[in-house]
Amino acid sequence: MAIKDRLSGNEAVAIAMRQINPDVMGAFPITPSTEIPQYFSSYVANGEVDTEFVAVESEHSAMSTCIGAQAAGARAVTATSSCGMALMWELLYVAASDRLPITMALVNRALTGPININNDHSDSMGARDTGWIQLYSENNQEAYDNFLMAMPIGEHQAVQLPVMVCQDGFITSHAVENMELLEDEKVKKFVGEYQPENYLLKKDGTLAIGPYGISAYYMDFKMQQVEAMKQAKPVILEVAKKFKEMTGRSYGFFEEYEMADAEAALVIIGSSAGTAKAAVDQMRKEGRKVGLIKLRVFRPFPMEELAAALSKVGAVAVMDKAEGFSNAGGPLFADVRSALYDLENRPKAINYVYGLGGRDIKTTDFEAIYEELFRILKTGVTGPVYRHIGQREE
Amino acid sequence: MTYNFHDEMNKPERLVGGHRLCAGCGASVAVRGVLRALEEGDRAVVANATSCLEVSSFMYPYTAYEDSYIHSAFENAGATIGGVEAAYRVMKKKGKIDETFKFIAFGGDGGTYDIGLQSLSGAMERGHDMVYVCYDNEAYMNTGIQRSSSTPRFTDATTSPAGTVEPGKRQNKKNLTEILAAHDIPYAAQTTFWGNFKDLHEKSHKAIYTEGPAFLNVLSPCPRGWRYDPADLAEICKLAVNTRVWPLYEIEEGTWKLNYEPRKKVPVVEFLKRQGRFAHMFEPGNEWMIEESQKYVDQQWEKLLKKCR
Repeated sequence: MAIKDRLSGNEAVAIAMRQINPDVMGAFPITPSTEIPQYFSSYVANGEVDTEFVAVESEHSAMSTCIGAQAAGARAVTATSSCGMALMWELLYVAASDRLPITMALVNRALTGPININNDHSDSMGARDTGWIQLYSENNQEAYDNFLMAMPIGEHQAVQLPVMVCQDGFITSHAVENMELLEDEKVKKFVGEYQPENYLLKKDGTLAIGPYGISAYYMDFKMQQVEAMKQAKPVILEVAKKFKEMTGRSYGFFEEYEMADAEAALVIIGSSAGTAKAAVDQMRKEGRKVGLIKLRVFRPFPMEELAAALSKVGAVAVMDKAEGFSNAGGPLFADVRSALYDLENRPKAINYVYGLGGRDIKTTDFEAIYEELFRILKTGVTGPVYRHIGQREE
Repeated sequence: MTYNFHDEMNKPERLVGGHRLCAGCGASVAVRGVLRALEEGDRAVVANATSCLEVSSFMYPYTAYEDSYIHSAFENAGATIGGVEAAYRVMKKKGKIDETFKFIAFGGDGGTYDIGLQSLSGAMERGHDMVYVCYDNEAYMNTGIQRSSSTPRFTDATTSPAGTVEPGKRQNKKNLTEILAAHDIPYAAQTTFWGNFKDLHEKSHKAIYTEGPAFLNVLSPCPRGWRYDPADLAEICKLAVNTRVWPLYEIEEGTWKLNYEPRKKVPVVEFLKRQGRFAHMFEPGNEWMIEESQKYVDQQWEKLLKKCR
């Protein structure tokens, strides 16, 4: 029987970590993810886990600790946000290249400039090219579920890549919601033991990791990562299938909401999908054919699947909670519009950058966006492609 | 345990030949010397900060290390080996490992005095059972002899060149060993390639087999950066010690001990004149630089003597 509880996103992830009982956690506090290492260190203090909790002096050292620990043959986890992840930057690439399936709980927060502690996706979007698998969560239940699925995905023999499990700062991390937890034994059985083929502390044999890879070899390292990312796609679905068998909760690369006959659609990531769904429900009541796609897996990017899901739609608005300053749209837009290119009948596509630094987006904003999509459908005129919503007008 | 030079030198090497370090480089001498202090049957995980040593000893697909090895980045050797050690403790506790492992990180002065200082300080403060060895060659040699905070005053380095209005590096060398001692770790020491390597060997053994964090600062000359004849490595080290430029001392559980006091004070100029990096100090009008160097070494020596009494 599932355990019904009322938890914040941070506590839900901390509980997932406790149930998994990882070998090493390296962490440094940063708002809004601080509670995760706090909760976890109390589990350590009370002997509820066997984990070595390494309270490092920076996020750079947190990721370095995880790299050392995972290479040694242990299962390593961390939690961070925003600038904390930015400080880990160079090591995110090292972890992926070394093929170390470290698991990171990322509580998304805006990057500094100016300093801001609220949610947007600029931290993880900036890390989209690091070679990490990225799973995004709409609510506390998804944050918990995604964390439980992260290790079976990342540690899979064909994958061996690090995974970041993202949830929205404060909106998800601090809001208390009803949710279902699994029993400890079920989690342990589902996640299993970490059994790498080679590791530093292996009994019969040595391992050297982190070489100088000259141009005669470097590209081949990268090609192996490319292949692993490709292999991650079927593994993500396979793990989701097993998870559904256990919990009844269904996960894919993305969730399709009211998409069967939708003429106008949104593509969105994270907690704002909840707000957008409320707008969809309202407009559906009025007979408007609107739907949305909530992306769960951003890396690897489900290009073909997403294109197929949008192939019947007339117009789509891609919602970016991160600004890329490319002057051509946000990071999600760039990938989604690229995916649409191969469709014979492409929908019209526009981009909205929204919610930066925790700026609210409301159901009425989403309704206005759908109205704009219907206007485009009616007139055939797309107008400006790269737009912002929610900013001050004057 | 009595030290036997012949026996030690006949042990199987744990950093084997075929690496790409220069002839006359101190880095490999330091690594071999430290790893020789590992007892038979004990295994090690060696970590490197990005450095000459790293790019020369683990160029894919060849490693020169007989032990397990990890390199991750420039500024994080302390945290990386700390992570390995944390994994060891928990895996041992869970019964996944039965062998004894020792954890030894090597970084140059760039990776230790400068960019990796925070990571090192954190690892030492947290008390990992590890040894951090700085092979100090007093500049960023891997990128081409740029000044570091370890570079002595007046050195002609490529980002502190001696010119018509600049005397070379303006600042004195940072005293890293004292900074590490201030962490109140169980063991910290300074050594170099001295005589029959007994000093290096004994300090390495203490560092490795003292429980908790330990730090070794090994003066490891670089023939390219210091501009000496590669054959003169041992001679340069001997002069560093006898001129008191690089005193041999250790701090064991808070007790400072001078390991060698030169019977006769050799003037610093004897050390300086053997190296191209100080050549401009011998030009007419620059006598004050040599005087300043001597004065600084004398002051530092007196300060050290007080701590060791």
